[in-house]
Amino acid sequence: MLTIIALAVLGVLILAEGILGKKSWHLPTILVGLLISLALNLTGWNQNIHYYNNMLIVDNSSIAFSAVLIFTTFIIFLFAGHYYKDVVRPLDDIYAILIFALAGSVMMTNFGNLIILFLGIETLSIALYVLAGSHKEAITSNEATLKYFLMGSFLSGFLLFGIALIYGASGSLNMSEISRYTLSEAGHLSPMFRAGLFLLIIGLAFKIAIVPFHFWAPDVYEGTPTLLTAFMATVVKVASIVALFRLLNNCFSSIREVWAPTIWILAVLTILVGNFTGLYQPNFKRMLAYSSISHSGYMMLAVLAFSSRSSGALLLYAAAYSIATVTAFGILILIRGAKGNDLYTSFEGISKKNPLEALCLTIALLSLTGIPPLAGFMAKYYLFSAALEQGYLWLLIIAVLGSAISVAYYFKPIISIYLKEGDGLKLEVGKAYKANIIFLSLLTLALGFLPALLINLL
Amino acid sequence: MITAILLLVPLLFSIAIFSLKNEKWIRMLATTGSVLEFIISLYGLVIYTTQCHCQFILNIGWIDALHVNLRFGVDGISLLLVLLTTFLTPLIILASQVHAYKKPSAFYGLIMLMEFAFIGVFSTSDGLVFYIFWELALIPAYFICAVWGGNDRIRITFKFFIFTFTGSLFMLVALLYVYFKTPAPHSFEIIYLYAAHLTPKEQTSIFLALFLAFAIKIPIFPFHTWQPDTYTEAPAGGTMLLAGIMLKMGTYGLIRFLIPLCPVALREWGWVALALSIIGIIYASVIAIMQNDMKRLIAYASIAHVGLISAGIFTLTMKGMEGAVIQMVSHGINITGLFIIISLLETRLKTREISKMGGIATQAPWIAVIFMIILLGSIGLPLTNGFIGEFLLLFGIFEINGWLAAVAGLTIIFGAVYMLWMYQRTMLGKPNEVTKRFYDIKFVEAIPLIPIVIMIVWIGIFPNFILHIAEPAIQEILNLIH
Repeated sequence: MLTIIALAVLGVLILAEGILGKKSWHLPTILVGLLISLALNLTGWNQNIHYYNNMLIVDNSSIAFSAVLIFTTFIIFLFAGHYYKDVVRPLDDIYAILIFALAGSVMMTNFGNLIILFLGIETLSIALYVLAGSHKEAITSNEATLKYFLMGSFLSGFLLFGIALIYGASGSLNMSEISRYTLSEAGHLSPMFRAGLFLLIIGLAFKIAIVPFHFWAPDVYEGTPTLLTAFMATVVKVASIVALFRLLNNCFSSIREVWAPTIWILAVLTILVGNFTGLYQPNFKRMLAYSSISHSGYMMLAVLAFSSRSSGALLLYAAAYSIATVTAFGILILIRGAKGNDLYTSFEGISKKNPLEALCLTIALLSLTGIPPLAGFMAKYYLFSAALEQGYLWLLIIAVLGSAISVAYYFKPIISIYLKEGDGLKLEVGKAYKANIIFLSLLTLALGFLPALLINLL
Repeated sequence: MITAILLLVPLLFSIAIFSLKNEKWIRMLATTGSVLEFIISLYGLVIYTTQCHCQFILNIGWIDALHVNLRFGVDGISLLLVLLTTFLTPLIILASQVHAYKKPSAFYGLIMLMEFAFIGVFSTSDGLVFYIFWELALIPAYFICAVWGGNDRIRITFKFFIFTFTGSLFMLVALLYVYFKTPAPHSFEIIYLYAAHLTPKEQTSIFLALFLAFAIKIPIFPFHTWQPDTYTEAPAGGTMLLAGIMLKMGTYGLIRFLIPLCPVALREWGWVALALSIIGIIYASVIAIMQNDMKRLIAYASIAHVGLISAGIFTLTMKGMEGAVIQMVSHGINITGLFIIISLLETRLKTREISKMGGIATQAPWIAVIFMIILLGSIGLPLTNGFIGEFLLLFGIFEINGWLAAVAGLTIIFGAVYMLWMYQRTMLGKPNEVTKRFYDIKFVEAIPLIPIVIMIVWIGIFPNFILHIAEPAIQEILNLIH
């Protein structure tokens, strides 16, 4: 909980600095503040404290996932300096709202009560509706925020309705009590409870952007300012999946037969549709949106195949996926700044004058494809073995086929970078930016060689 | 200890080469690195005792949660293939130095990285590490073909990558499945994988998945469609790496994984694999005869030859598998020699079309002689290395079915047809406009060819040293399935 307080305080601090007019203090404060929050987060390790009558449960799993979320936001903020360097308007509101969104996502990882889950989701969502439209002059940004807000609030209504129905059936909003209720009522669950459960799953499925609730994602991702899309594609997605994982496997674990088939179908649809549609995307940003949709499909395997391995698998996957996606977005920002668009043709010939950036992008994309010895392979492989252990062979084969299909769209940029002739542009990038990209690529390699660092934590 | 050195040397040299800019230094480093590697592996050969099973064992803990360790160890077959890799890589590097490739640091660095991956594949005794090195070998191969290749390389290398990657993903699923069937606690160590309890139905699925992966790699008809295009469009060094060493990964995988893991399924489905291999021989040979592009001709010839090798593996007889192992070594050597000659011709004539050539033998007698020796080795003339392998393979197939052996034996006739006809059209006759300015081989270009010619004759006359090394390993695998 200290983490949430720290993040909230950090957000308010940024606003205060904005009022005082200290623009140059923003980024250093944020970076230090995030590190402090991370440290506070990690102090709760192995302590398993319950706050406020079990409304917040801070166990190892929530600490680990919150750490991934905070770390991802940290590396995104490292890119913010370059991204907003030409912007004149004050940025304190954007930064503060981003921090508040992060606080909401941390709430989603350590909830013990359905209301806290809803609070977390709403904090995250409303912050993101605003952020999606933060580029007020661009019509695409306005379109993105409107689409996101309209669909998102509608689906939040679903979520709340689901919670209400579950409360009506079980008499409590507390996870352990609902779990006790399902144990006692197993076999003759009321239709109200089932309806509530499915509405809850649908609401979360929208947030994660799983097929068939994903239609908002590509347009919203494409319209949002690129730095904030990186946040959406990583932090929001991971937080939502962890929330679903936590919800289904702590609260409703005794009634697996009720929700498991649904999750299975959602996973299969997501993997297949996400990968196939990704092949037809005209530009890199939309491709990354579909790539994130397919990866949430793979992460559904962890939700489905709950075992002693699956938490570690999900942690490694979330980390590997976030790092690789942020790297890809980081380099997309550079190319967009240089060429003005994010079509595949803008990537041509980049490797001539920018070998380092090209190599880092290649490493990130290969990690997302799942090629050894990178982190993405280890994550996928560990996830697959967790799924197979629980007997999901056909799902595994579909996931493998999805990976094979994904090669096609991950390789398009790689081919453009190395094999096509471009205009030999040298991307102008500051030292800190470059160092961040290199650090992330090294991290991808390191997690590929030593995945045990993360797997063994949970 | 030796295994660690054998793995680290190419990796370290590769990293060093990537960071250099001076071309002279790069070439020197690449050559010395690969020659050093060969000497170390020769030392390994010297201290290897043929009777003991698995030697030079290296075991480093890696991921405990999955019981995956970095386990390496060589037996007879692994040792021979490691030796093939370390023997061919310096020759390939030397042969590539004639071309002045752009970005040499990347080119030679990728070659050394591939050598690292190959040695990892051949010497590991852990299933997951095998998969990781298998995929690791694909990345440098893709970049070598895609960056330095011919005109249509982007589309073709992409096809090559997706085809191979999909096959290997099926191999991953199969390996994972078998891992969970190993006696608890599960492990990926190959000995444990052999001990997995698989029902006949499971074995069939594992057989199909693994066969797909290896059949694409080798390639076996009808999964061969990526090969002729890729071999033709790749740069000379790339083709030699692919044809000389990379496809041996597929045949090695057959022997190391497919055969021991699915004995029951083999009795049912082995004949399908055998039939496909033999169909591939005939199919590829006939197409080879009609080719006008020398590189494409040899690519199809390669499909024919490895069809015979995989047919021999699926006979599950001692003679067949011994023939397969020695033919793997011979084929690697011969095909590398053939591609070196083709690249020599291409640099001088700026064309690979046979119809444009002729009469080169009068201009360049040395090239003609060397070409002839390698050619005869490829056809399988007695006293050359190709003969030993071919004879043993046909013997093995004959033990299964005489008619199949007769059909497979057509490879001898077809091989003679396309090879000798190619030789006649390019080397013999009168020189024409294109070839009259052909100059004979320079010593620098001959250096990589000399060891090849020596090995063709040596293995042809004294094949026993290879057969003795391979025999105990093959016997062990055959014991596993009987």
